[in-house]
Amino acid sequence: MSADFLYGIEVILNGLMAGVLYALVALGFVLIFKASGIFNYAQGVMALFAALTLVGIMEGQVPFSHMINAIFGTEIHHFGWHVPALLAIFLTLCVMVAFAWAVQKFVFRHLVGQEPIILFMATIGLAYFLEGMGDLMWGSDIKTLKVGLPQGGSRWIEDMTSGLGGDDFYGFFIDKLDMVATVVAAILVMSLIAFAQYSKQGRAMRAVADDHQAALSVGISLNFIWVLVWSLAGLVALVAGVMWGAKSGVQFSLSLIALKALPVLMLGGFTSIPGAIVGGLIIGVGEKLFEYTIGGMIGGATENWFAYVLALIFLVFRPQGLFGEKIIERV
Amino acid sequence: MTDSYITPDGRTIGGVLMDMRGITLRFGGVEAIKNISFDIREGEIRAIIGPNGAGKSSMLNVISGFYHPQDGEVWFRGAKRPSMRPYDVARQGIARTFQNIALFEGMSVLDNIMCGRLTHMKTGIFSQAIWHGAAQREEVENREAVERIIDFLEIQAIRKTPVGRLPYGLKKRVELARALAAEPKLLLLDEPMAGMNVEEKEDMSRFILDVNDEFGTTIALIEHDMGVVMDLSDRVVVMDYGRKIGDGTPDEVRGNQEVIDAYLGVAHD
Amino acid sequence: MFYREAGDFKTSYEADSQTFPIKFDRYRFWAVLAVAYLVIPFIINDYWANAILVPFLIYTIAAIGLNILTGYCGQVSLGTGGFMAVGAYAMYKLMTSFPDVSVVIHVILAGGITAVVGAAFGLPSLRIKGFYLAVATLAAQFFLVWLFNKVAWFYNYSASGQINAPERFVGGIAVTGPNTDAWAKYMICLVFVTVCAIIARNLTRGTMGRKWMAIRDMDIAAEIIGVNPLQAKLTAFAVSSFFIGISGALFFSVYLGAVEVGEAFGIQKSFLVLFMVIIGGLGSIFGSFAGAGFLVLLPVALKVIGVDLLGWPTDIVAHLQLVIIGALIMFFLIKEPHGLAQFWRIAKEKLRLWPFPY
Repeated sequence: MSADFLYGIEVILNGLMAGVLYALVALGFVLIFKASGIFNYAQGVMALFAALTLVGIMEGQVPFSHMINAIFGTEIHHFGWHVPALLAIFLTLCVMVAFAWAVQKFVFRHLVGQEPIILFMATIGLAYFLEGMGDLMWGSDIKTLKVGLPQGGSRWIEDMTSGLGGDDFYGFFIDKLDMVATVVAAILVMSLIAFAQYSKQGRAMRAVADDHQAALSVGISLNFIWVLVWSLAGLVALVAGVMWGAKSGVQFSLSLIALKALPVLMLGGFTSIPGAIVGGLIIGVGEKLFEYTIGGMIGGATENWFAYVLALIFLVFRPQGLFGEKIIERV
Repeated sequence: MTDSYITPDGRTIGGVLMDMRGITLRFGGVEAIKNISFDIREGEIRAIIGPNGAGKSSMLNVISGFYHPQDGEVWFRGAKRPSMRPYDVARQGIARTFQNIALFEGMSVLDNIMCGRLTHMKTGIFSQAIWHGAAQREEVENREAVERIIDFLEIQAIRKTPVGRLPYGLKKRVELARALAAEPKLLLLDEPMAGMNVEEKEDMSRFILDVNDEFGTTIALIEHDMGVVMDLSDRVVVMDYGRKIGDGTPDEVRGNQEVIDAYLGVAHD
Repeated sequence: MFYREAGDFKTSYEADSQTFPIKFDRYRFWAVLAVAYLVIPFIINDYWANAILVPFLIYTIAAIGLNILTGYCGQVSLGTGGFMAVGAYAMYKLMTSFPDVSVVIHVILAGGITAVVGAAFGLPSLRIKGFYLAVATLAAQFFLVWLFNKVAWFYNYSASGQINAPERFVGGIAVTGPNTDAWAKYMICLVFVTVCAIIARNLTRGTMGRKWMAIRDMDIAAEIIGVNPLQAKLTAFAVSSFFIGISGALFFSVYLGAVEVGEAFGIQKSFLVLFMVIIGGLGSIFGSFAGAGFLVLLPVALKVIGVDLLGWPTDIVAHLQLVIIGALIMFFLIKEPHGLAQFWRIAKEKLRLWPFPY
């Protein structure tokens, strides 16, 4: 087997792993969209905020310290303690649940029944709000996230596979963090699917996603389900934030994840959990393959737009996406 | 039978305007219309009746060009109609109202009815951008036509009201106005009396008869109120589960046993 | 009692369909125009021009464009930034390739080129609707920004990738380039806004506007009563992109003078103009003005209060701007989804009856 072909396989493997991460983020969107018809543009910023909060708690940062110092002339920065990773994760999760509750109570409860574009715009407003808040609370410099996850390429795999391609091939370079992320994401995805399918709350969630009125009439509390759904999305955001943050540092570009999830959802259909996964994988692999094969010839950096164009072409032939509900129009 | 004749009340019924031949319409595995043929003659009022789910609205949608039958031919004004988009069908002179009102809720009554005139308004976009001159003249001409219909249907007071605010009965009247504004050869009415009380039904029946009488418009209507059907229509088509089970004058259809079994029922003493 | 309609009957259909049927409105409109054309050019200074008035006018044109597409025709687009970029780069290529042709012609041509590009990217709207379409327009946004970054022909092979507007004159007065006076910048933008607003108003009150609104409200019924959806939607994309292209051309040549495509025309720009349209009011020309004004003034006001008055560091104020804008957007969407235009309409209705309550 030639080295080029094997490098191609490596690109595919990396693409698959990126795809799993995309799928995870897309899942957060699907959950909220299924239950409330809202496409939560703020999902990416929620991931950023979750990661920022996690780091802030772990390092004992004082929230709003920059602003307090600027207004009152004080010099406080840290509480002086360090919180262990697991406890910090739990506390961050509590913050995200509180956030879900607040968002439901102050924003989306008042927007029931509005058109999708209005809801989408509200989530963009939420994204701006949360981004500003995150910066005010924890500062906008890049943070490193150390939760004990392994980093760097896996030498073991490199050594195992180097014999495959002759002298030009040095073995598959697969980042250990990516592998951990893939496993965690896969576990999370499967748990969410199991939860949605088999638990009582999951069934209630699916009922709400289908028909708000009918769900109300069988005694399901819409508000509770929505808080639940936003909390789950917050959990997904936290995991995504940790994974991406550990990989490339906790910084603003994390919030652009939302933009990456969109083509995934377009492909997979906005309301389908398996669709989010399949869509994520297709986009992950497709992007990397395109850049590897053709991207070099047209200037590179095609990953900025390829996912969108791919999804767009796909949508033209199948407007509801791979797994979305077929849109039947009646008069 | 294809020559024109004069009805007892003095209207002229002409030759065949629309001819549906062997129409079959399927959705996936479900056959909504099974090999149905019937015709509509110029100037007549043709009722399409039958129990819910019989395929009546689907038939209207086939006539409008919104659904394309898998089998069969549609003949309009003596020529076979090729498969065409609904807006081309509208241009040929077919207008309709809808079972669940399909008005443009973001616009006023006047604007909705002006929409009915779209097939008659031809000025190009550059003229419209300038407005003064050709576009304004066309707008005023068509406004005059629309005002005549507003007078006819007695809805002057609500012409600037946004349609979303109107009660159900008025919405139905506005929808009729919009369809009339197109000056159609064939007017399709999908359950025009649905949800109306006795007075409103009388008003609507009067309007329908006036439209047919004054403008000579051919009308095909789907309706459940048997009294209305028997009084208004010249001929009736009866559908049940996608098949045609009756076709003739109201009296002929009323006596048809299959129709009685499927739909009309028998009066109990 | 001074804002009356009673006794003011229209005696012709022309009069009935005019833009300002109420006399008071008409007088107010002429008064505003008089101030804009006859007063402001003489008292304007650089700060007011560059920080407030010129961006306000330019964004108004973009908002009008997007309002036509999204507010009147119901096609949500997140590609506004990319189309402004098309306008800007078309302007640059025209200015540098044909230096003797008037700048005004270039702006109009840039708009025309953008219209063609916009119509092309609007083709998917025939198959894809609603929210999916919004996401599809992001493909246009990202692709266009990438294109102007990578294909060196667009920026005349300059090493920095930036495009700079050469100095140009209208009637002997500089309108682009570093020596331009504040009032000249203001006037050229004002003239373009006036013409664009008039065209937009004419299009939206006639047949075209009704076709667009029919598609927006119920596209299936619209098709059945005779609207050709292909023609209506592509026209909406084309007209909308024409305005947005003009806005981009002016943004580059008159306002900034030099742009780098990623910062100036990225997705944040698309969101900004969409917010202007929504806060201002969908389906309203006045709303486009209101929304643009609001979102241009707000950061300036916040900065003045935060930095100049309260003495806080600029980055804190920048973060606060995000928080406040985000909160305001959510607030507006909750309280009045029809935007400032609706507030204005309600205020006028109350004013019609004043001093009576109903």
